[in-house]
Parts: sequence; structure tokens; C-alpha cells
Amino acid sequence: MSEPRAMPLVPLLGVAALAALPFAGLGNYHLHLLINILIWGFIYTAWSIMGRFGMVSLGHGAFLGVGAYVVTLLWNTAGLTPWVGIPIALVLAMMLALMIGYPCFRFRIVGHYFALVTLALGEVVRLTIVALREHTGGSLGMTVEGVAGGTSLYALQFGERGTFFHVALAVWLFGLWVWRIVDRSMLRYALEAASEDEDASASVGVNVTRAKLAITMLSAAMTALGGALYAQYQLYINPETVSGIGISLQIVFAVIAGGMYVQLGPTVGAVITLLLAETLRVTVGHDVHGLDGTIYGLLLVLFIIYMPQGISGYAVAAWKRRRASRPPQAPTPRAAPAR
Amino acid sequence: MFDIFLLEAVINGVLLGGVLALLALGLNLVFGVIDVVWICYAELVMVGMYTIWWLFVHYGVPLPIAIAAAIALVSLCGVALHQLVIRPVLGTPPINQLLVTGGVLFFMQAAATLAFGVEFRNLGLRMPIVEVSEMFFSFARILAFGTALVGVLVLWLFLTRTYLGTAIRAISQDREIMPLMGVNPRKIYLTTSAIGGGMAGVAASLLALQYDVHPAIGLSFGPITFMICVLGGLGNMAGGFVAAFVFAQFISVGGFYFQIEWGYVLAFAFFIVMMFVKPQGLFSR
Repeated sequence: MSEPRAMPLVPLLGVAALAALPFAGLGNYHLHLLINILIWGFIYTAWSIMGRFGMVSLGHGAFLGVGAYVVTLLWNTAGLTPWVGIPIALVLAMMLALMIGYPCFRFRIVGHYFALVTLALGEVVRLTIVALREHTGGSLGMTVEGVAGGTSLYALQFGERGTFFHVALAVWLFGLWVWRIVDRSMLRYALEAASEDEDASASVGVNVTRAKLAITMLSAAMTALGGALYAQYQLYINPETVSGIGISLQIVFAVIAGGMYVQLGPTVGAVITLLLAETLRVTVGHDVHGLDGTIYGLLLVLFIIYMPQGISGYAVAAWKRRRASRPPQAPTPRAAPAR
Repeated sequence: MFDIFLLEAVINGVLLGGVLALLALGLNLVFGVIDVVWICYAELVMVGMYTIWWLFVHYGVPLPIAIAAAIALVSLCGVALHQLVIRPVLGTPPINQLLVTGGVLFFMQAAATLAFGVEFRNLGLRMPIVEVSEMFFSFARILAFGTALVGVLVLWLFLTRTYLGTAIRAISQDREIMPLMGVNPRKIYLTTSAIGGGMAGVAASLLALQYDVHPAIGLSFGPITFMICVLGGLGNMAGGFVAAFVFAQFISVGGFYFQIEWGYVLAFAFFIVMMFVKPQGLFSR
């Protein structure tokens, strides 16, 4: 289960320490890393909200792309503020999730069939973006039109890294909060039952289709929000970096490395992948392309074979084992969903 | 009204279907027999293409020998993939088996970047263009189409006429009983992986004739290959073969009327819809 109620102080202090970071004299480079960790940590959390129930989507790039492109297109072409654009993008992402999710869940498309359907969805969105090249710039990507001075609340652009850090922190905390709500809801038990045995859970009154749809739409909306945030931060988007199979797989694998059954697991995944890429970039330099990916790929294979609950899942299990000699314990987190 | 350009698009679609069918063949075999999705299948094809390019351009090895070497190497890669990566996760949830090969995908893509850089490489061959009454067809595609037909025929003969082929089909139908009948599943899986890898090598040699090779090439062929296998029904060779041509028509004719990306969008959308209508593949009963 989640943290015992006895120590709410630790998370609070942690958040306060995080919020104070920009004032601690961090350089732009380190702030940039932290902002990236927060944005991707949020997106990975959004994915694992459904991924932990055995719904492995290989197409979250679709929702990421909708978030990034809808908001940017509305801003660039119609001058519509992201404050309106983001809700529109979220609604569109949820409609997309509904369109793909309803038949999937209704017709019991699970496991690698579900993964392949979502993979196709991601490709549909990426290719649509490329094909609409008169508006989106195609594969060349598009730049979010900047405002004079670089900072405007109306345009949701913050030239100051410190300000953006706080925005990203707030969104990331929101993601953790949603995770916690889901973790404590009836929906969780319904979905865990459904991921074990759909027929049995349906026979005891779980509306499997509705439960799965709800969680999928939630995950899609959060991912779209993450995409919009990413666009507002980078001010440049490209179909390959926000959509398509490469980014969709990156989401899945970072979460696997971090661990999807623990609240902070996806964020740990974001930290690991970014630190790995950055360390190698700094030590090996720009010239050697692909080294980080090579090591990353190897690590992933090893993770899935030897540590399918991810680093944080492994740490929690080890911690619980150590305390197991003491008073009776809550059950340890489930390993990967049963076949 | 008769439109010669539309006819050209349709025939080009048929030829493209040959390439896609060839790509799907090996994956379908592995899919059907071992029940594992090699997400990195298109990356195996990439390995084959790089091998041919490297041997042919750098060492001046004659093309047929380079192709034979590539097929052998990719076949070995298939065996290694099964032995090192798939075997440890065979008993775990199926989705883990899919994801673990995804890790291999990242590895191979990045390793190719590391070894060969991100540049587009080609063999520098100019394949002739065949002209038939004002319609133009690529010779490389015709070759691929023919090879695909031969490949399907040979594979079908192997699966139905040989002892090993029969054992492979048997184990894909019931993997619990066959070991009791004296079939060693480990050996069958290895053989299947080798054949699947070899098929990827054959596909690589034909793709190398008409496309440039670069580290991300797998991403452009991979998704469509999985879709074809699923659409045709997993492990259903004939189904996969037909599905490849259906997909190719969407791409080619869709690209003729709109743009090539819209053709792909239509093909993928068609796949999604078909999954709802016939989740077991086009030819399920």
C-alpha cells in the first residue's frame, strides 16, 4: 500500500526542498535537467497509471503528439492561448482514447494484441502530423511562436528556467496525486481483478469495459498534458520526438526500468534514463552517437529478464523483506501481471 | 474511365506487396511457432542490409557472396536472439517477451549508429526500370515479388513435406503435448529462430537493392510488418501473404489519390478497424 500515515512530514519536506532548488544557485544546465526529469516523470506516471494494470500501450506517443501539436497549432495559427488550447487538446486526447479503447475493451483485445493496436494508433497520429505538412511543418517540426521578452503568462511561456521549474514541479506533483487517488480507489481493485481474470471479475459485478475505459482516458489526458508542457518548454516539436513508435517505446522502457508498481517508480525511470544519457554525453562527448542507446538497450533487456518490477519495485520488495520479521505486513507488491 | 496511372499504382502496389509479404514471412513463422513477437525483427533486416553494404562497398565482395553472408549472419542473429534473450523469459507473461525484444531494438538501432553513423548508405547500384506500355516499374521490386513467391512456396513445402517441418507445425499447435511425443521443443525453437532470421536476411538482400540503409530504417518497416502478421492471423502464412497485398494496395492507391503518408494512415486505420471486426485475423472462422 502507500506510505503509512505516521510520516507525512517526509514527503512535505521533500517537496519544499525541491521547490527551493531554483533559489539554491543551480545553473541553467542543472535546472534544465531537473525540468526534463519532472516533465518526463509526469508523462511516465501517466503511462503507468494504466500500464500497471496489464494494459501495455505502445502508442502513448499518439496522446503526447495530440497534446503538443493541438496546443501549438491553435497558438501559432489562431493565437489561441494555451489556457484554452490545453483543455481542447485534453478533450481530443480523451476522445481518441475512447475511440480506440471502447472497441478494444469491448472485444477483449488484451496482451500483445492490445499493444499492437496502440502501436498502430501511434503511427496513425505520427503520419497524420507528417501528412499535414502545410500546417505542421511535416518531419521538419514546428516552432512555438515566442512572445516578446520570452515570458508571458497568457502564452504560458516562461523564459526564466526557475519559473518553468515550478510549473513542471506542480504538474508532476499533480501526477503523483492522481496516482495516489487511483491507488486508493475501488477502480484499482476492479482493474487488478480484471487484469488477473476478466471473466471472473465480470461475474462478480465489475464492469470491466467501463473501468478500463476510465483509466485509459485518464492516462491519455495526462499524457496529452505532458505533451503540451513539453512543447511549451522546448518551444520546438517534431513528429519523431513527440509521437511515433520511438518515443512510445521510450516511455514504456523508462517505466519498466524505474518500476511501474510504485508511486515514484516512473520518476525514478526518468532520472535513470536522463542521467545515463547525460553522463555518457559528458564523459564520451558528442562525437560518439549511439553509445547511450546501446548501453540503455542492454540494460533494458537485463531489467526485463532479471528485475521485471524495476529498480524501485525491487527496492520496496527488499525493504519489506527486511521488515518481515517484525509485525505482520501488508502483501508485497505484485510482480508482473499473471498470464 | 480507364486511368493508366491508377493501373500503374495498383501494379506497383502488388509489387510492394511482394516485399512486405517477404518481410512478414519470417516474423510470422516465429510468431506462429514460438508465440513471441520479435519487435526487433526489422532491425534484424537492418543488420542484413548493413552487412551487404559493408562487404560490397568496403571490401568489394561480389554481391551474391555478400548476400549469402548476410543471410547466414542474420540467421545466426536470430539464433542468438532466441538463446540469449527469449529463452530466459519464455515462462513469463507474454507482454514481457514482446518488451524484451524491444530492448534489443534499441540496442541494435543504437549499435548501428555507433558503428556506421546516421548517414544513409546505399550500394550505388542502379537497378533498371522496366517499362510496359508507358507504365514504369522498378526491377528491384519485381525481383522482390518473385522471391517472395518462391519463399512462400519453399517454406510451405518445408513445413508440409519434411519431418522437421511437421514437428514445427505440431509444436505450434500444442506445445504441451509434443514434448511427450518425443519432439525436443528447444531444438525446434532454435531451428525456427534460425529460419526466421534467415528470412529476414533474404528480405534484407532485396531491400538493400532498392532502399538506402540507415539506423532508423527498422522503424519504417517494423510496424507495418507486425500489422500484416496480425491481420493475416498470427502464424497463418497464407493469411499474412494476402494481408501484405491488401496493405500494399492501401499504401499505393491511397498514395496515388492523396499522399504517401495518407496511404499509410489509411492502412493503419484499416488495421485497427479489422482488429475489432476480426481479431483473429482476416481468415479466421
